[in-house]
Amino acid sequence: MAETSVRNFSINFGPQHPAAHGVLRLVLELDGEIVDRVDPHIGLLHRGTEKLMEYKSYLQAVPYLDRLDYVAPMNQEHAFALGVEKLLDIGVPRRGQLIRILYSEIGRILSHLLNVTTQALDVGALTPPLWGFEEREKLMVFYERACGARLHSAYFRPGGVHQDLPQDLIDDIEAWCDPFLKVCDDIEGLLTDNRIFKQRNVDIGVVSLDDAWARGFSGVMVRGSGAVWDLRKNQPYECYDEFEFDIPIGKNGDCYDRYLIRMMEMRQSASIMKQAIKKLNDEGPGPVSSLDGRIVPPKRSQMKRSMESLIQHFKLHTEGYKVPEGEVYTAVEAPKGEFGVYLVSDGSNRPYRCKIKAPGFSHLQALDFLCRGHQLADVSAVIGSIDVVFGEVDR
Amino acid sequence: MSEVEYHDILSELAKHVAGELGETVTSWQIAFGELNVNLKRQDVIGAMRFLRDDKRTNFVCFIDLCGVDYPEREARFDVVYHLLSPKNNTRIRLRVQTDEETPVPSITGIYPGAGWFEREAYDMYGILFTGHPDLRRLLTDYGFDGHPLRKDFPLTGHVETRYDDELKRVVYEPVELRQEFRNFDFLSPWEGTQYDLPNEDVGSDKGSK
Repeated sequence: MAETSVRNFSINFGPQHPAAHGVLRLVLELDGEIVDRVDPHIGLLHRGTEKLMEYKSYLQAVPYLDRLDYVAPMNQEHAFALGVEKLLDIGVPRRGQLIRILYSEIGRILSHLLNVTTQALDVGALTPPLWGFEEREKLMVFYERACGARLHSAYFRPGGVHQDLPQDLIDDIEAWCDPFLKVCDDIEGLLTDNRIFKQRNVDIGVVSLDDAWARGFSGVMVRGSGAVWDLRKNQPYECYDEFEFDIPIGKNGDCYDRYLIRMMEMRQSASIMKQAIKKLNDEGPGPVSSLDGRIVPPKRSQMKRSMESLIQHFKLHTEGYKVPEGEVYTAVEAPKGEFGVYLVSDGSNRPYRCKIKAPGFSHLQALDFLCRGHQLADVSAVIGSIDVVFGEVDR
Repeated sequence: MSEVEYHDILSELAKHVAGELGETVTSWQIAFGELNVNLKRQDVIGAMRFLRDDKRTNFVCFIDLCGVDYPEREARFDVVYHLLSPKNNTRIRLRVQTDEETPVPSITGIYPGAGWFEREAYDMYGILFTGHPDLRRLLTDYGFDGHPLRKDFPLTGHVETRYDDELKRVVYEPVELRQEFRNFDFLSPWEGTQYDLPNEDVGSDKGSK
């Protein structure tokens, strides 16, 4: 080869790069500053969740779901709970459904706040994360007050939710919603018309709708390319069909559109939360999880008084319940896209197979497709906008 | 859309698919409101292309691909595909069977999004795919041996790893458990276990096999 041939660089990006959003290792082939090829190496956070779940009863498998997308834990539990409920053919009481919706939307805001603000951080803005994390902290406290844990909640269990919300918590969440819109305004004021932010994001990582479908994108990634597709509207679960909200969509399918969509979705989520709280207050107290004693253990107060309850509780927490044979795929609109659980049951008390379809896995796979021909600095902008969390990519 | 309507749509769709694909479809059924179609392994690519391009099926969105292990079967693996049609708002599940040696045609040419999913199935189960551009391991450690999601792979794995301060590097050692992994048999004595009672007078019709 002639000596004048272009020198190509091969560099390692991560696994300890601050813009890698966790433990992503990228092997980048560069031609000058232009990216020729991206080879993501994942699995540095692989814990064998699916294998572990095959050795646990259905209830014991729930906490593993929290550790997937640890930015919005309850949305993951939701898909699993829906799958088990479908196999068992049990319903969730009205109040349980409303609490689930309320907390799913809190999860969505948690995730979007983290993503939008760290995307800004990746392209050089330091203030948005500080403002966003203040609100996240308040939301984490709502998580904690509902279930006792900030992250590993194990709150959405097959049959309903673990326990009822106290009224003062509901009131506090309601009081949080309106001031939050002001915080959204503030963050948008920093970013939306910001010249640097736009230079780094507009027309970067463009994806057409056909490509988005074929590559298995979902959530914001297809909405950014113009698809009116949201599982909460198109395949409604729980009682989402009673709620009024808009689906923001993008026109250009670039990083900037995806940022705008996330900002709008947070406002929509706050509106859904207010509607859910109104319904909770109007409809008053009621059961929050299925009353089927074969699935849902009795309350502690009952256990103190009735021997049957004590036996039931013991059986459900050692042996668990048996789930009829069959296979289901259930999906929810998680903040990052379609989060699905494919459950195969052989009729025993443990899942025979539980495949977790994580949205981030498909999105990260397309990183090569999205970054090819871009500058090196755009790689971190694209990673920021596809919204990956390694808990769910590596499982 | 009510469940009954969705069921009708799915059964119409299944008849259409089975009619067009002919022998490729070995069987189909609708269970739990979901459509399952079993395919012949060698015709996967043609079937996928039809499902994507046909106007009535229109499954343009690739959702998921995974393996399932049934060690007692001769063709021990199922490869399960999930597809979505955003236009018709329908989902479909396709299944082919294979064993440890027989490769399955890769669908990366039709759905580029299947690439990593096939790599994962190869990594976790050892299912082979022909025509895949880059069939490397994906999630397990560099230099990993075995296929962890197979039912005969132990939950604890074979090796454990730690940092050795003398060698100044990470070392791999065989797994050593302080306590045996406790795997309880939860078959309920009221329904599951068949007791062989020595005394034939007791429970001659129920107890003995």
